[in-house]
Formats: sequence, C-alpha cells, structure tokens
Amino acid sequence: MARVPVAEGVFTWPSDEPQLIGSRCNQCGIVTFPRQDSCPRCASTEMDDQLLPRRGWLWAWTTQEFPPPSPPYTGPTGDAFVPFGVGYVELDGEVKLETRLTEADPEALSIGMEMELVVLPFRSDDDGNEVVTFAFRPVG
Amino acid sequence: MDVAIVGIGLHPFGRFPGASGIEMGAFAIRRALADAGVEWRDVQFAFGGSYEVDNPDAVVALLGLTGIPFTDVYNGCATAASALTLAADTLRLGDHDLGIAVGMDKHLPGAFSADPRNYACPSWYGELGYFVTTKFFGMKINKYMHDHGISRSTLAKVAAKGYRNGALNPNAFRRKPLSEEEILASPMLNYPLTQYMFCSPDEGAAAAVLCRAEHAHRYTDTPIYLRAATVRTRRLGAFEVHSPWLPIEETAGPTVDASRAAYEMAGIGPEDVEIVQLQDTDAGAEVIHLAENGFCADGEQEKLVADRAFEVDGRLPVNTDGGLIANGEPIGASGLRQVHEIVLQLRGQARERQVPGNPKVGYTQLYGAPGTAGVSILSV
Repeated sequence: MARVPVAEGVFTWPSDEPQLIGSRCNQCGIVTFPRQDSCPRCASTEMDDQLLPRRGWLWAWTTQEFPPPSPPYTGPTGDAFVPFGVGYVELDGEVKLETRLTEADPEALSIGMEMELVVLPFRSDDDGNEVVTFAFRPVG
Repeated sequence: MDVAIVGIGLHPFGRFPGASGIEMGAFAIRRALADAGVEWRDVQFAFGGSYEVDNPDAVVALLGLTGIPFTDVYNGCATAASALTLAADTLRLGDHDLGIAVGMDKHLPGAFSADPRNYACPSWYGELGYFVTTKFFGMKINKYMHDHGISRSTLAKVAAKGYRNGALNPNAFRRKPLSEEEILASPMLNYPLTQYMFCSPDEGAAAAVLCRAEHAHRYTDTPIYLRAATVRTRRLGAFEVHSPWLPIEETAGPTVDASRAAYEMAGIGPEDVEIVQLQDTDAGAEVIHLAENGFCADGEQEKLVADRAFEVDGRLPVNTDGGLIANGEPIGASGLRQVHEIVLQLRGQARERQVPGNPKVGYTQLYGAPGTAGVSILSV
C-alpha cells in the first residue's frame, strides 16, 4: 500500500527525515507555512521556499473531541473517530504552525513542552493508498 | 454629527420551524418601526446583515417596495456591527434623516462549516479537521488560562450566569438555568470547553431605527445616542481563528483595536461604562473579552467572577440578556440583539433583569472569523 501525502508541497515526502515546507519573504524575511506566494507583512511577491526545523515547542493546544464537520473534514467519523490533540508549535525563531498532536490527553500536554515532527497515517483513499499527514509528538 | 437610536425590535432567538429568515427580519423591523412610531415608508435607507439569507434586502417584499437604497452586508460574527456602523456613517453623510439596521439569520444546528479556500486556507487544512471554530476558542482560552491563572471553575461560573440571565429573558433560546456542576460535566468538545460552555447557531432577527440626534425627540422621549461604532480586522501577529500559521511576532487582536477606536471616538473610557454586552461564543471568550475591551486586567477575571462582579446586580453587569450562550447566534442578528438589550437597559425597560442604578453608558462587542471585531458605545 502506497503512503501518499495529504497534499503535495506541504512536507518533503517520501523522506526518512521529512520537513515542512514554508516560504520566506525575500524582502522582510518573514516565514509562512504553508508556502504562500505573497508576503502578509510587506506585500512582496518575492517568496522563496524554506524547509522548516523538525523540532519546536508547544505554544498553545486543545483537543478535538468530536468529528469535525464533513466536508471539509475527510478523516474517520462515527465510531471510527478518535479524538486528537491540536496545537500551535513554535519552530524557534521561524514560525508558529497549527498541527495535529499525537497526544490527546490533557494531562500529558503542557505549553512549553518540546515537540518534534512525525508523519502519521490519516485515512485511506479510494485507490487503497494510505494518506499520511504531518503531526507533532512530545519529545522524550 | 451625532446619531440616535429611536426604535428597537427583536424577533425572539431560538428555533422556529416554518418561519423564514426574511420573515423574522420583517418581524424585527416592524417592532422597531412601532417602537419609533414611524412607518416603513418613512425609512430612507437600510443596511441588512445575514449569513444564510443571501439578499436581506428582499425583506422589502414583505414591508413595502419603496425603492430605498438597501445595502446587504456580511462580516462573519461582526456582521451586525457592520450594518450598525454603516447606518450611522450614512446619517453622518447628511443626505438622509432616518434609516434602519437589521440582521436576520436561520442556521442549521451544529458547528459552522465552509470551504477553507474561501478563508485563504489550503484545502488540506479542512481535510485534516482544523477548520473548526470551536477548536480555536478552546485553544485561545486554554492558553489564556495558562498565561493568566484562570480556572475551569470560572468558565463554568460565566456560563451559568448566561443561562441564569437567559431564564429572565423571554426572547432567549435557552431559558433553563444550569448549575456549574452540570456545565462542567457536559461532554468535552475542545478542552477545556464543554458543550454547555458554548453557544449554538440558531435563528432570529433584530433591528434598530437610527436618526440624526437633533431629530431624536420627534420620535421618542428616551433616545439612546450611538456615541461610537467601529469595525476592525486582524493585524499580523494576532492569534486568530482559521490560521494555519502565525508569525513569531505577537500583537493585539481586532477586538482591542475596535475597542480603542470606539473609546477614542466616543470620548468615553471603560471606567465610564455601566453595562456591557460581549461576544461569548463560549464562556472563555467572555473572560478574554473582558480584558480585551479594557474592563479589567488579564487575570483579574478569576477574582471578579468569584465576587459576582458581572451579574445583573454586580459592579459591571455583562450579558444581562444571557448573551450568546443563552440566546444562541443567528450571525447576522447577534450584534443588534446586543444593542437591543443595551437600549432596553438604558431606558430602564429590562423588567426582571433590569440593572439597578439607572445606567447611562452601555457597550457592545462582537468577534468572529476570520478575525473581525465590532464595538459600539451607547449612552442616554
């Protein structure tokens, strides 16, 4: 079964050490995620791809305890739905990005904890592929 | 030029099978016209807000096809603030003497959804289940509680106040008081927010008749003056709903910007305000918005809520009609419901939930996707 990314150009794939792909503004230096072809700070249209660090720290978090409205959500619903954590991870000095967390237990999550990028199964598509997504897990 | 509100009208909020959004809008407009003692043919312009009704101006089919300029607006949860602000600004232009702002909506139950691409988010953001407004509110209050020492008990107290006030409001959707224990024990939706800490999308309409202040006494003995009405969108660095990423730099949200602009415009400060209506999409939002609008410092809510400061008979009554938690949120109408409540309170007509001491200055605030806020300041 092939493992395909949820969308092209979001993270380097296939890869043993996948990295998220953002943009850096050529003019003011701001980093965005995902790629964006114009700058939300200085309005420049000169944006370069930027591979983002694989580690960071948890800036904010919550849990998603019910299946999100579908569409647009395409993951498991009904009895197959498993609550998941969601948070913003700050990749030091670069950007804060919203991500699924491997942990959904409020007792196991705390702001400031160190996190690292992983790639996880999300769902199966109609061709029998396993659709994978990026997520972050607590380190250690 | 100053602007006065001389008539208010509301269609109750809740679920009304068989009634269309437009019909509820017409109901609210008729109430507001009767309150002002004017006829529809006296209205020279209108602004109408809705999410579900794509052309609120179609309400003229039920009221009279008088040919007036009737502009439809939509700004998410701040829609009614846009209608109110534009109506006031239109009077200031000087071409018209009397106009109306109306909001109406009729939502299905359940969390709002949309195509993420229409919010400048990638499709995968929605596919993965991140395009969920309640999740943002859970994350924002969870971080706020961590940073400023707010407890889950305070969230339950704020929600309980909403239901308690709603029980005194015949127009409210939720009219059954709920205990803090029941609120905390309801299903967790997005930690730390439980089901009963959230408002629900529902149905309803509200309207206000506005005129040039110098004409107000033609219509009423109790004009309420609109001292400020502002709308702001987010700046880079604000922590906002539907944001796949945020920059490292942090800045205040649009509520803070709209609030400061409104105080400046009115020449009134938060210390002068005696009654407040805040966007309580969830109990945490009310807690955060107390500070964002200048009514307390970050973290002071914990003690102030415990001291019952924001109850109807408290030091600064907040969401006296039950807020969104008890009224639900018909998006287009919600902000004009807030104005309706402030006008009733400033006139001394709020019956069982009347704030004592003849309040003279009231305040309303809306906030919603994708980072839009509206504030109004009203006074006798």
